Amino acid sequence: MAYTDADNVGLVETKYFTFAEPPNKMPLDSGLKLGPITLAYETYGTLSPERDNAVLIVHALSGDSHVAGYNSPDDAKPGWWDLMIGPGKPIDTDRYFVICSNIIAGCKGSTGPSSPNPANGKPYGPDFPIVTIGDMVRAQSHLVTHLGVARLLSVIGGSMGGMQALEWAIGYPDRVRSLICIASAARLSAQGIAFDAVGRQAIMRDPNWRDGWYYNAEPPTAGLSVARMVAHITYLSDESMKGKFGRRLQERATYGYDFKAEFEVESYLEYQGQVFTKRFDANSYLYITKAMDYFDPAQRYGEGSLLRAFERLRPETRALVLSFTSDWLFPTAQSKEIVKAMKANGLPTAFLEIPSSYGHDAFLLPSPQQESAIGGFLRSTLQAGRELSPSISTASASSAADEGARP
Amino acid sequence: MSTNKRRRRVDYELIEELIEPGSRVLDLGCGDGRLLEELVKRKQVIGRGVEIDEKHVLESLNRGLAVYHGDLLEGLSFYGEGTFDTVILSQTLQQTLEPRRVLREMLRVGRRAVISFPNFGHWSTRGQLVFWGRMPRTRHLPYQWYDTPNVHLLTIKDFRQFAEREDLHILHEIFLSGSGARITAVFENLRAVTAIFQLERARK
Repeated sequence: MAYTDADNVGLVETKYFTFAEPPNKMPLDSGLKLGPITLAYETYGTLSPERDNAVLIVHALSGDSHVAGYNSPDDAKPGWWDLMIGPGKPIDTDRYFVICSNIIAGCKGSTGPSSPNPANGKPYGPDFPIVTIGDMVRAQSHLVTHLGVARLLSVIGGSMGGMQALEWAIGYPDRVRSLICIASAARLSAQGIAFDAVGRQAIMRDPNWRDGWYYNAEPPTAGLSVARMVAHITYLSDESMKGKFGRRLQERATYGYDFKAEFEVESYLEYQGQVFTKRFDANSYLYITKAMDYFDPAQRYGEGSLLRAFERLRPETRALVLSFTSDWLFPTAQSKEIVKAMKANGLPTAFLEIPSSYGHDAFLLPSPQQESAIGGFLRSTLQAGRELSPSISTASASSAADEGARP
Repeated sequence: MSTNKRRRRVDYELIEELIEPGSRVLDLGCGDGRLLEELVKRKQVIGRGVEIDEKHVLESLNRGLAVYHGDLLEGLSFYGEGTFDTVILSQTLQQTLEPRRVLREMLRVGRRAVISFPNFGHWSTRGQLVFWGRMPRTRHLPYQWYDTPNVHLLTIKDFRQFAEREDLHILHEIFLSGSGARITAVFENLRAVTAIFQLERARK
């Protein structure tokens, strides 16, 4: 793979958009306000004259705005979902205008706990307000407006990105024509919250965390790497770990009868944990996992009912929900809950469970089924979506309403 | 339950005749989505599909259809009473594990049901069993007894009796010969290779 490949978006530049300058700070779900806010973002492809081909990619916990292509010719690897985005790829940059931004509370160029606090010029640290998935999406909506897009063709995301896609559809029903929700859930399970809690505890119990004030000292890398190790286990499956490592030993033929990392799986996890500390901020990890734990659109918009929450969607909103068989962090049953509530609202919803042994990570890996599903869904949404799958409940009304709503 | 590789265009065209323009249609075991796509394009129906085979789901998705990947009964469970004008089950009834539950569910979520199935009463299947003493294999029922997905084979007479017991009203019956030609209802249980029924719940 290289930036010169024909199916690659090539060299791309990360851009920055700043808004919510005081006194017009952005209100947060917690009741606090945040501003100014900077979002790091990248775009690929061209916005059509009708402005109807914009696709927003929303990233997962540790993702960033660099989703495709190369920031420099020396980059070893392209963006995190390059296999999905580029000329001729499922999210075809010859057809669509693709936007991806780093979430707020992140540490990849968007405003987060490691950004300077305008009050004193020092990093926010624990003074950064708690943010929600709703706040992340609200910030994205400012960027989308800034880019001249009134209505997105689709919002696409896996894992926590799927949560943002749901939030977009429910919170901004008039700005979303379709959503693709991959390996995600309408709320995190108790098990999911439990793993997040362990990760946060690992960070907060690291003496270097210093209640979050570590930016001009040694950061809590030990805690953050343990958090990542735990999380990494949840992204794999028993089967994939068995296949990848089994009980094989690393650099040893027999047991050493000591506590060194001697199993391959041990040293792999340690390596993953270590690498992560070089690219991620521990406080960001705390804030983002908390946002995932809080996410519950049924409670926020539907008095406990997801079905009622989806009543807010425009009846012609198309949805594609994908899950993977071996994903136990966001199991298929949780995707089906989303599908069930959408179908009960008459929304044109497609669902596919993809066979895979790679666990939750599967959505980031090559998958012919995922590529075909996303490519086909997007193409049909752009071309003939309204004709093919209008809502069940308001079929006759919606086509008329559509005419008036078109920008 | 595998799906409808055996579905033929002639089957589609006759089913299409039974669908009102602009109506709401659920196609159970929608296969590659061709029938549903035709109905959407030619009859402007609002279509939904259910399909268990992942490859077929992808084909349907690529036709822009809202298809659910899963079991028929599960796919039916998502819908409220009377959501659809017609629920279609083409060449799949004989493959369902619980045909009675499927039919009841079809007429819960739909006002009408259109069901097509291979007629096991056809003279060629009867003949193979009577004269050769072996489980029949035909162009329309090509499987061996040990690998057939057709776990509930039935005849036209069986279906009529079933409909009566289930308190269903038959609105239309269509019979097809082996070549796909429409045939009259004369000795149809011997002559028809495929039967298509349109039903609704009998009014009390």
